[in-house]
Amino acid sequence: MSAADFKRRQVSGRGIPVTGNDIDTDRIIPARFLKAVTFESMGEHAFEDAKKQNPEHPFNQKAYQGASVLVVGQNFGCGSSREHAPQALMRWGIRAIVGGSFGEIFFGNCVMLGIPCLRASQEDIEWLQKAVAKSPQQPMTVDVEKQEVRFGDRVIKATVPEGARNQLVGGTWDSTAVLLEAGAAIEATARKLPYVKGY
Amino acid sequence: MARTLLDKVWEAHTVRILPSGQTQLLIGLHLIHEVTTPQAFQMLKELKLKVRMPERTFGTLDHIIPTADQTRPYADPEAEEMAQHMYRNMKEFGLPLFDMASGKQGIVHVIGPELGLSQPGMTIACGDSHTSTHGAVGAIAFGIGTTQVRDVLATQCLAMAKPKLRQVRVEGALAKGVYAKDVILAIINQLGVKGGVGYAYEYAGPVIERMTMEERLTICNMSIEGGARCGYVNPDAATVEYLRGRPYAPKDTAFDRAAAWWKSVATEPDAKFDDVARLDGAAIEPVVTWGINPGMSVGVSQKIPAPESAPEPERPTYREALAHMGFQAGQPIKGAKIDVAFVGSCTNGRLSDLRAAAEVAKRGKVAKHVRALIVPGSQQVAKAAEAEGLDQIFQAAGFQWRKAGCSMCLGMNDDKLQGREMSASSSNRNFIGRQGSPTGRTLLMSPAMVVAAAITGAVTDVREILK
Repeated sequence: MSAADFKRRQVSGRGIPVTGNDIDTDRIIPARFLKAVTFESMGEHAFEDAKKQNPEHPFNQKAYQGASVLVVGQNFGCGSSREHAPQALMRWGIRAIVGGSFGEIFFGNCVMLGIPCLRASQEDIEWLQKAVAKSPQQPMTVDVEKQEVRFGDRVIKATVPEGARNQLVGGTWDSTAVLLEAGAAIEATARKLPYVKGY
Repeated sequence: MARTLLDKVWEAHTVRILPSGQTQLLIGLHLIHEVTTPQAFQMLKELKLKVRMPERTFGTLDHIIPTADQTRPYADPEAEEMAQHMYRNMKEFGLPLFDMASGKQGIVHVIGPELGLSQPGMTIACGDSHTSTHGAVGAIAFGIGTTQVRDVLATQCLAMAKPKLRQVRVEGALAKGVYAKDVILAIINQLGVKGGVGYAYEYAGPVIERMTMEERLTICNMSIEGGARCGYVNPDAATVEYLRGRPYAPKDTAFDRAAAWWKSVATEPDAKFDDVARLDGAAIEPVVTWGINPGMSVGVSQKIPAPESAPEPERPTYREALAHMGFQAGQPIKGAKIDVAFVGSCTNGRLSDLRAAAEVAKRGKVAKHVRALIVPGSQQVAKAAEAEGLDQIFQAAGFQWRKAGCSMCLGMNDDKLQGREMSASSSNRNFIGRQGSPTGRTLLMSPAMVVAAAITGAVTDVREILK
């Protein structure tokens, strides 16, 4: 992948609404699927139990297959730190998430995978979820750089904190290389700590 | 300007400010376990990188291991495979592993403080959301995902934005029969499960200051359930005495110098917070959750609230919770029938938790229809409990006495709910499906309350038994 491939200025695609607040990562991927030593099969199990219990679950609906922008409520991805949750969504086909708010570890995990999570107002989220349900074939654009979501002729304000936004837009979210650039400054910082240098 | 512990620890661990504006933060202690690391080690191998500071990295086995028969190979082939990956990776990268043979194995958030690995003034990361637990010793400790585990292994650093700080003050004093678990459930109920998003929590006030370290560990453990990625208590004399003599704590005169530094990282008087929240400790009664997230709770004498009592956007979740749990709005929580009782987890699997549970277990027998498990948080907790005869008390009362692990907190091993079973649990999450059955139901409460429910077969006010 070239550096340009990592840049997440904007993501365009069809939407899929998952309504409800406080949808935790256990719900996105139940713990029994964490027993695999790779992430490969995660996509098949996204929302597995929720799908079984509710035939109407959006992830079951034909109209939303192939969607890539997930539209969610408040505190989406709260709970367990399992990266299996964003991995499952990504491998299902999700490339960006728009929601009221996000669990912080989930949000960070998404950034590490290059999945932008944008926050919009409760009112706009409700409108967007309804609009997507009405026109599931209509694509939307999640503009990370301009911090807005465009659907039809409506433009919604949607924010990403500055640090994450810079990582996504600049293509530096795959952070190992960036962190390694600090070089010897890492050890120098460690050596100044009383618990490293010895009391 | 007066500084907070968060300010001081953050500054001391700042390697540089990244072009993104985030901090490159050095991680002083990296704890790892079998479930969230195999992919991280694989990524490290693909990048042909070593572990940057192997001496600051420690591992254990906790999430997937059985708590009944631990003979290898494990009966569950997936658990066996995961354990083998852990052994192989730890050996290949030269990292210490606290396995069963070490006598130091246990839930990662129990053994970190227990071994004296987790110390004041540190930054601590682990691929588990309950890493916030370690904040009880006065550290900045947070959970991370697997790709971030890769970063910490490879660079000993994370790219992080500094959170805002909310001081959560618990004033007054607690009544008898009210435990740390009740306090943190009350805090989450008041501030909400998303109230802490964007914040670190500093727990303070007379109730917190009087708490033992094990009680503080319970408080900080559930910070994440309130949306706060980390929570801490300022180090004080209790912190210092807790760490004295622990295997990885400094020794002799070095300990005294360490203690002086530990106390120096505490928040200074007059320091400013982005927000302050207050609770009256005396108003807290034993708390029980009735819903599908840890904020949905009531005092044991109260009734399950109606969706209409919640703000409009929260009502669908209330309705979903009532439907899942099979409860009616207005129904008292007391008397709700249970099928399973579970005492354990990184929230409440320590010696003091088992002592509190045994105190109640002495006064009765597990109800006939209830399956009841006691799962110590670590091998050392188990050993200490057995030395006091707690295992005998539990078994005489009809509880199963298990080996250390995460067990029924998340149901990754055989310890799972079946069907719609209702569990009284001392763990941290009542999410739908959390305890291993997609339709299983969880009532969170303190260990003493779990045992009270086990004995009576239904949610009971433990204070009536302790009278």
